[in-house]
Amino acid sequence: MPYTYHTDEDRAAMLAALGVTSEEELLDVIPEKFRLRTLLPIEKGKTEPETLRAMGAMSRTNRPAAHLVSYLGGGIYDHTVPSVVKNLTGRPEFATAYTPYQPEASQGTLQVIFEFQTHISRLTRLPVANASMYDGATALAEACLMAAKITHRDVLLVPYALNPRYLRVLKAYVSGQKIEIRTLGASDAGDIDAAALTKELNETVAAVVVQTPNYFGALERPWEFEAEVHAAGALLVASVDPISLSLLRPPGEYGADIAVGECQPLGNDIAYGGPLVGFMACKQEYIRQMPGRIVSATYDVEGREAFVLTLQTREQHIRREKATSNICTNQGLLATRATIYVSLLGEGGFTELGRVCHQRASKLAAAIAACDGYSLRYRAPFFREFVVACPTDAQAVVDAARREGILAGIPLERYYGASARNLLLVAVTEKNQDEDAEKFCAVLKRAALVKVG
Amino acid sequence: MSGHDFSQTIYGKSRPGRHDYGISSQPADAPRDIPSEYLRSGRIGLPEVSEPQVMRHYIGLSTKNHHVDKDLFPLGSCTMKYNPKVNEDVAAMSGFAGLHPEQNDADAQGALRVMFGLERELAAISGMDAVSVQPAAGAQGEMLGLLLARAYFADRGETRHRVLVPDSAHGTNPASATVCGFETQTFRSGKDGRVDLDVLKGVLDNDVAVLMLTVPNTLGLFEKNIGEIVDMVHRAGALCYMDGANMNALMGQARPGDFGFDMMHFNLHKTFSTPHGGGGPGSGPVAVKSHLEPFLPTPRVVEANGALRLEYNRPQSVGALHSFYGNFGIYLRAYTYIMRLGSDGIRCASSTAILNANYLASRIVSKYPIPYGQRCMHEFVATGEPLKKYGVRTLDVAKRLLDHGFYAPTVYFPLTVPEALMVEPTETESRETLDRFADALLAIAHEAETSPDVLHSAPTETPVRRLDETTANRSPVVTVPAA
Repeated sequence: MPYTYHTDEDRAAMLAALGVTSEEELLDVIPEKFRLRTLLPIEKGKTEPETLRAMGAMSRTNRPAAHLVSYLGGGIYDHTVPSVVKNLTGRPEFATAYTPYQPEASQGTLQVIFEFQTHISRLTRLPVANASMYDGATALAEACLMAAKITHRDVLLVPYALNPRYLRVLKAYVSGQKIEIRTLGASDAGDIDAAALTKELNETVAAVVVQTPNYFGALERPWEFEAEVHAAGALLVASVDPISLSLLRPPGEYGADIAVGECQPLGNDIAYGGPLVGFMACKQEYIRQMPGRIVSATYDVEGREAFVLTLQTREQHIRREKATSNICTNQGLLATRATIYVSLLGEGGFTELGRVCHQRASKLAAAIAACDGYSLRYRAPFFREFVVACPTDAQAVVDAARREGILAGIPLERYYGASARNLLLVAVTEKNQDEDAEKFCAVLKRAALVKVG
Repeated sequence: MSGHDFSQTIYGKSRPGRHDYGISSQPADAPRDIPSEYLRSGRIGLPEVSEPQVMRHYIGLSTKNHHVDKDLFPLGSCTMKYNPKVNEDVAAMSGFAGLHPEQNDADAQGALRVMFGLERELAAISGMDAVSVQPAAGAQGEMLGLLLARAYFADRGETRHRVLVPDSAHGTNPASATVCGFETQTFRSGKDGRVDLDVLKGVLDNDVAVLMLTVPNTLGLFEKNIGEIVDMVHRAGALCYMDGANMNALMGQARPGDFGFDMMHFNLHKTFSTPHGGGGPGSGPVAVKSHLEPFLPTPRVVEANGALRLEYNRPQSVGALHSFYGNFGIYLRAYTYIMRLGSDGIRCASSTAILNANYLASRIVSKYPIPYGQRCMHEFVATGEPLKKYGVRTLDVAKRLLDHGFYAPTVYFPLTVPEALMVEPTETESRETLDRFADALLAIAHEAETSPDVLHSAPTETPVRRLDETTANRSPVVTVPAA
């Protein structure tokens, strides 16, 4: 069979050393009635060339965004993955290592996590970050559970424009606890309705969640209600797109207690939405309530700088039922990719990336708004994603564009029901070229002419 | 304040103006249509380094890691087997890596076929009726299992508060119970390291929702009375959950569904060879019997008229635990692995893993006794207790193994064995490697008798030596401080 070494002589010698005559004998501990005496209903093994052929054929039955012009976002963004990132994270030294429980033989992984924590801390302007969460949605859910524990309160206020997929996960994560989620309405501009927030805020609220840019791409103004949130004794939890932090005010500067988000855009493939990688950062005073692994700098016995997992008494393998979370395995290799990505782009490249994305999104938004019957739904400023009001069903526009090799965006009806039938969420990255925008607008114009029965 | 200079981090290597990774050849201006109140003022504070420098920096770091492509990684309950390279090539195919999760189902038939096919294969391997590949890791699989139990009992109009785990359970079991709002009751294992039926009887009542059990358990022992255990739990009206971390011992040999389990999770990053990545990503699919299927997370992948689609309309579903469909790129690798092994290879992998563990145990038992008996499944737990009389602890043995070029086994777990060394060699190690590792352990035992100080000062051959973890815990330094 593949991936094993033993010759028949090896097996015979090992069995002889054990004083048994067959491998079957070693399985005697399983009661006979539970032994499987036939092969599983799975095909026989294939060789590597056969496997590549079969999987290649299967991959070609997909029609991936990578081969088309794509304006799909909604939390997953198709940015260029630099060659350096692919090359380095393909290395088995990173890919085939385990969780760094023996720090002396794991300094590579530990230092990468330390640099990841530093990148996240610089981007968010919060002093503490952990080693990663499963994705942006679970990072938000864990932040809310953390806030409920810190405040001993049980109400979460979340915005209408919270990524609906994050809301689904949040609901499942709190479903075992006595926690209530209340949704705050959106203003006409597409951001949080400040009056609704004031009305809902009271001494039962554990956290106010703000997502900026929100699911509609609109930017929020958390600094306008931060004082009110804290005066009510609640925590401010911010869910942010790390690439937007190249240009936008960081959560630590507007008083967020916990910041979370999705690091997929930082050097990771879109890969049908997984694996993803969440981050979490927080104020210093909450470090001991944080879930997940955290790396600290320290020294070895000879005084050399080194890195080690720390505050492990928060974690499940030590604390068991009293742990801050049940998370064990996280998204290490994707966090490694994000680390290298941010290091490679650096201050200059990261800022340029934000500017390019925003500039192209602005141009496209203006071009679409100039198409007959199309307009921008919300007037709040946006970073690289925005909602288009279409003269017809957004799904019809998406279908028409798809036939021409363009993925036009996400029809909001998918998540917000019939009232959002004509709304289309459009995202832009540095991969979208201005010349594609012309073709896109031409498709939109044609789609507008088709009457929907 | 901390005294750290961080000169060897990427931040320490940064120099103003040193930057060459460009995004666009057209100039990009600062945004004009976003009011300044929304904008960051001043620098982000990211490093400025060149591309060759980035390569050398991270290559340098990579050489400081032990990894399974270099040598044995005998961590018990972690199944650090060889990670086949063809899996990586498949995951990198643009038809998979370049697919956006919001794309039309018609454009994602290949990906849905992987999801659908793997769910069926895992159902066959587990002897269960339905599988969800959505959980991102084993611990999330446990969480899903307990949410399923909650929904199941709620549907029956029952409220049950307790989850039972034996004292040898993984820490994630009780932690998952807490997240799902259950109270954990830990019960003690019997003298033979397995579940004691009388003890179990004493803790079972109609307030128990779930028994969580790892099979084989963390001592590498099969629960001989598994049929009786499951029956007892079912008679009390509770459900049985199997932690599948140790499926490498069972696949192709016996099926948890046949034992009577209602649900279980797999760890694809253990049993099905996907790389551990220095801590993840994993993938923790959950398999269930039909009575729990209505509660599985959405979307479900369903087939109709030869085409696959994602189905969200499941009124009894517990919802979602992931933004999209779980760690697709990881279970794609597992699917490829199963294709390579096939039904014959799967069976051979588990029996070889068991052979290797038993052989290794037999080679070291003279110096490292195995309290619960030598005959094990895919892993065993030995004790470093006899070395204590020389002032040597299991921690010292673990550190000295690093000097021999191996990683250390899982140590001080399970909690039921003092000075525990939990060893899992997997099927992808040769007899020569097992002998080399056994020789190293025996040499270390000899060193303990003759020159224990060598062990106290180990490791000496690693990039750094023993670390000051106490100061780090007292006042952790978790970032390079901003200048």
